[in-house]
Amino acid sequence: MITINGTGIFGGVAFGRIAFYRRRENLVKRVRVGAAAAEVERFLAAREVATEDLKALYEKALAEVGEANAVIFQIHQIMLEDGDYCDSITNIITAQSVNAEYAVATTGDNFSRMFASMEDDYMKARAADIKDISARLVRILCNAREQTMDSGGLVILAADDLAPSETVQLNKEKILAFVTARGSANSHTAILSKMMNIPAVIGTGEALREEYDGKEAIVDGFTGTVYIEPDVETAKEMKEKAAVQAEKKRLLNQLRGKENKTLDGCVVEVFANISSVADAASVLQNDAGGVGLFRSEFLYLKSEDYPTEIEQFQAYKLVAENMAGKKVVIRTLDIGADKQAGYFKLPKEENPAMGYRAIRVCLDRPEIFKTQLRALYRASAFGNIAVMFPMITSVEEILTVKRMLREVRAELYAGGISYSDTMEIGVMIETPAAVMISDLLAREVDFFSIGTNDLTQYSLAIDRQNPMLNKFYNPRHKGLLRMIKMVADNAHAQGKWVGICGELAADLELTGTFLAMGVDELSVSPPFILPLREKIRRINVSECKADALSEL
Amino acid sequence: MRQFDYIVKDPLGIHARPAGLLVKEISQFTSSVTIAKGEKGADAKKIFSLMGLGIKCGDTVSVTVEGADEDNATAALERFMEASW
Repeated sequence: MITINGTGIFGGVAFGRIAFYRRRENLVKRVRVGAAAAEVERFLAAREVATEDLKALYEKALAEVGEANAVIFQIHQIMLEDGDYCDSITNIITAQSVNAEYAVATTGDNFSRMFASMEDDYMKARAADIKDISARLVRILCNAREQTMDSGGLVILAADDLAPSETVQLNKEKILAFVTARGSANSHTAILSKMMNIPAVIGTGEALREEYDGKEAIVDGFTGTVYIEPDVETAKEMKEKAAVQAEKKRLLNQLRGKENKTLDGCVVEVFANISSVADAASVLQNDAGGVGLFRSEFLYLKSEDYPTEIEQFQAYKLVAENMAGKKVVIRTLDIGADKQAGYFKLPKEENPAMGYRAIRVCLDRPEIFKTQLRALYRASAFGNIAVMFPMITSVEEILTVKRMLREVRAELYAGGISYSDTMEIGVMIETPAAVMISDLLAREVDFFSIGTNDLTQYSLAIDRQNPMLNKFYNPRHKGLLRMIKMVADNAHAQGKWVGICGELAADLELTGTFLAMGVDELSVSPPFILPLREKIRRINVSECKADALSEL
Repeated sequence: MRQFDYIVKDPLGIHARPAGLLVKEISQFTSSVTIAKGEKGADAKKIFSLMGLGIKCGDTVSVTVEGADEDNATAALERFMEASW
């Protein structure tokens, strides 16, 4: 067994035979021509055809991988139109009286070398884009047919490198995975493979030899490893890994697009909990109805200083746009002595869990808080955003927050900056105090989200970090369930909705109970979305309602 | 002639996507637009020359607009950069 290592691009395990893709290199010869003007016309005509091809590729990519990733083909179109690129080609043709193929190939080489020599890794990877468009033009000029990737059976494709346009045309029915000797994680090829859910390992270097063509192999896209002619133990290990993957895929196929509706017609929203902008992709892949908790701390933890309004605005806007109208509930800064960035200068505490954190810090530092509120309101113009405030324990706190929100709206209005007037606001119910006044809080906000992790900790008086207490920790404690019911009833009495965003939302043993309580939304980590949907669709609420509620 | 400075906010700097979007945005105007980072300048209608400036997050660029529709072009550019750069 031979093991090859590279960078794993998409998590997945594939078993199959290796098929090497040999790109037919169009040999470009330098040929003198009589009429340079006619040759320039040939180039321009080829460029028109290339532009049409790229438009079609854009449409295909749009359907397969979404706008953000398909845009590379529009960029390719812009590159084809670029003044410098075209001037170089026409100048070579007219100055040297040579064929268009040569002029294009030379220009392509020059430009891609310029990018390859730049320091920035991202820019280096763009050399591949220029090669791709130049190769396309040469192919059209040579009248060569586009080489198909059709290899007959199901294979693991191996190649020196794959251009973005080649990747997007891969037939997912035939290609189990691909492995390339070159390529970077920044390349559009890598991005496309992720979006097309094809396991891939790139950058293996020379270890990927053509003599492996036809051999059995296993590609582990998680670890970036390729096993050529795998031994028995490796095969077994990988089969198990693949089985876990297959189960996830089954769920995806069966449940994607289906409603979160019980056997007797109760509908509940299933949303996702995320911690970064990049997670939005997994939200959509797992078919969540929205984001129930977008933790905003990443913006504060990743830098050396407070994030600016515009940095925050762009992050919130990006997620809102990616979710295309699905609700995104963003939680304001929830930082404390135990999880902070140095520049906050929060003093050390004996008891950070019950300390100076979250909304308390924000209300004490209104300039910081207002920056976040402004960014949130500005982003609200670009999608369906809701905001929620953590660790609220009194009506006074929420009234202060609402006053600040009014001030922010007035400032934005005066500045002619657009925002959504109807942006929903909510509070996290995380403390027993908040539970007990949830009837009063319900009058002031549009929704509640119950943070069961902290609520359990504070109610059972158990430090989650202390392993000695594990045996006392019962997340399904009757007291907790009664609290959830109380919060739900108080919210509904005022016509407000209630969700659960703590880990308990994903506890399938409790799904029936939550539905019986009339919880409107369950927000879970993305991998739990479809298993939760599967559970919901198998429950009959009215049947289990009486039991579930009497248990309390 | 109109001129303004702008501090780039995009965490990835000016890569293919924002450069391409800028080229698209200003192609509808007849004015010429130059973007300069320090000593180096580029014709903003040329994607390769724009990308070649290697503009990073936090860089200050100087934008110069000249032409018959320079007022409209400048306004559109400012709006575009606020939203996408």
